Amino acid sequence: MTKNTIKMAALLLASTAFVAGCGKKEVDTLPPEAQGTNYGQTPTADPNANAAGQTIPGSQEDFLQQVGQFGDRILFETDRFNVDAEDQATLQRQAQWLAQYPSTRITVEGHADERGTRDYNLALGERRANSAKNFLVSIGVDASRIQTVSYGKERPSALGSDEQAWAQNRRAVTVTIR
Amino acid sequence: MSLFALNWKLASFLLLILGTQAAIAQTPPPPTPATDEPELVEFDTSKTRSIAVPALVAPSPADTPAGNSAALGRQIAEVISSDLRASGVFDTQGPNGLRMIGLAEVTAPQFEYWKARPVEQLVQGFVRVGGDGNLTVGCYLYDVGFGNETTRLGFNVPPREWRRAAHKCADAIYARLTGELPFFDSRIAYIAESGPKNKRIKRLAIMDSDGANHRFITNGQSTALTPRFSPSYKSILYLSYVDGNPRIYVYDIDTGRQRLITQSNNPTFAPRWSPDGQTILYSMAVSGNTDVYKISASGNGAPVKLTSSPGIDVGGSFSPDGRQIVFESDRSGSQQIYVMNADGSNQRRISFGAGRYATPEWSPRADLIAFTRIAGDFRVGTMRPDGSGERLLTNSWQDEAPTWAPNGRVIQFFRTAKGSGKASIWQVDLTGSNERQLPTPVDGSDPAWGPILP
Repeated sequence: MTKNTIKMAALLLASTAFVAGCGKKEVDTLPPEAQGTNYGQTPTADPNANAAGQTIPGSQEDFLQQVGQFGDRILFETDRFNVDAEDQATLQRQAQWLAQYPSTRITVEGHADERGTRDYNLALGERRANSAKNFLVSIGVDASRIQTVSYGKERPSALGSDEQAWAQNRRAVTVTIR
Repeated sequence: MSLFALNWKLASFLLLILGTQAAIAQTPPPPTPATDEPELVEFDTSKTRSIAVPALVAPSPADTPAGNSAALGRQIAEVISSDLRASGVFDTQGPNGLRMIGLAEVTAPQFEYWKARPVEQLVQGFVRVGGDGNLTVGCYLYDVGFGNETTRLGFNVPPREWRRAAHKCADAIYARLTGELPFFDSRIAYIAESGPKNKRIKRLAIMDSDGANHRFITNGQSTALTPRFSPSYKSILYLSYVDGNPRIYVYDIDTGRQRLITQSNNPTFAPRWSPDGQTILYSMAVSGNTDVYKISASGNGAPVKLTSSPGIDVGGSFSPDGRQIVFESDRSGSQQIYVMNADGSNQRRISFGAGRYATPEWSPRADLIAFTRIAGDFRVGTMRPDGSGERLLTNSWQDEAPTWAPNGRVIQFFRTAKGSGKASIWQVDLTGSNERQLPTPVDGSDPAWGPILP
């Protein structure tokens, strides 16, 4: 457990540096993890991690290690669903990992920020998930390996009610299916 | 139609529906024949009417499964008083603080006494336990200034339904004094929320229009959203993630069973009933593109696609005659409100103000469409079906998703708090006045007001 926590901290540092380097849209650097902030599908309790803290190749934890903790997601502008050059680089890393594990299937989860109406946000999340899916397919990932699901504004990743939080919540997140 | 005929028709209709052979309340003396039509009063909440509601008399108190009839007499008066006060149109007194009246007074009020309080209107009545165990509730409205009876109603109800008798009485008084249609005796489906912002537990729940008789329907293991009562109150359309994906189900209240409205691997959301309950309107995303569809509520028949723009076409609400549908679309580049014929033809934009417009909901009176306007904050407003006459009724950080009272004169919506994300259900009348929060056991969102109960 302690090992895991340390590893998580290291991962967070590494991925923060990675995202900072990307200069992701207006969010130059991701803010430090706020108290109570949950960045979503973190692998703290991944049953694929064995007792020695080793990750199993092809697991969700392995995926996150390979693409970087925020390499599992692309972010969107308000009401937009286009995949820009930076998103493409992120998705290409995901596709490289997927190419190593051709039997692994994924779900792309589409999300919207809280500043939209519920039904529209469900539609928008679905659009975003499909944008990510379509790009992955365009670079060679078999469409039959990719499911999409929209959570609209139901599952925020950052909990604040401000532009920074909303920017993190407008996202499409790739999750491996166990 | 004379007042007498109106009341008689209403009372016998109620008796029929409530399934009783008992005669209307104690065969009260015939009402004073009214020679003129009930005057229609402009809906004007700036003029409150003072009204007294003393406890209903229990001539020979008896125990019932819902409590002693004397206690019920007071509780019924409390509900009547509470309904009328919450409407914002009435300044109510009683039953607390008012003296007990005698049985003889019920049909022969002491007008001079009430005039001196002072009060303009007076509600009196009685509760009697019949041989069959049912309650007979008599409800009388008097104009204190004129010293005459204006409305009387009788109900025969099982004791457990005593609140409905109170709501029906309040409805009759409200309708008589405002000229508007009734709305208290109705129910609300909504989503009960609890838990932290990123792991909200969302349960389907139902309650009476005043928050009473609350009942959770789903256990919260899967997220539930956007319920809609069927016009018959027999079933509820709602979205559930029970299989991991957003899908609309129709839930049968009696059996507790539910089924998908359409077999599809695509996400379906934003459900609505047609006014006759025969058709279900919904939105479905195919390869990321959302359009509005309709399908027979019977479970048979194929879906009919009504929109085909490349943008998001979502939501939708039938006009009361079922001939038109109002929906939202971002085909222009941002969310706006559109109207189309029920077959999908003649789609036209009606919202042109500043900002985005969402969640249009056609009034059951047909005259207005309620919406959420997004221009910085989210506010609830109304416009005419041609887009004219826009009015904003609320002003908060995030007010969303209006739903109409059955009489088309009160709107409920939900309000989300900045930061915490906690949601609560509110209502406001068409003047933007009398805004108040509904009591719910936990947080609440996505209210959906059903029609007046039969």
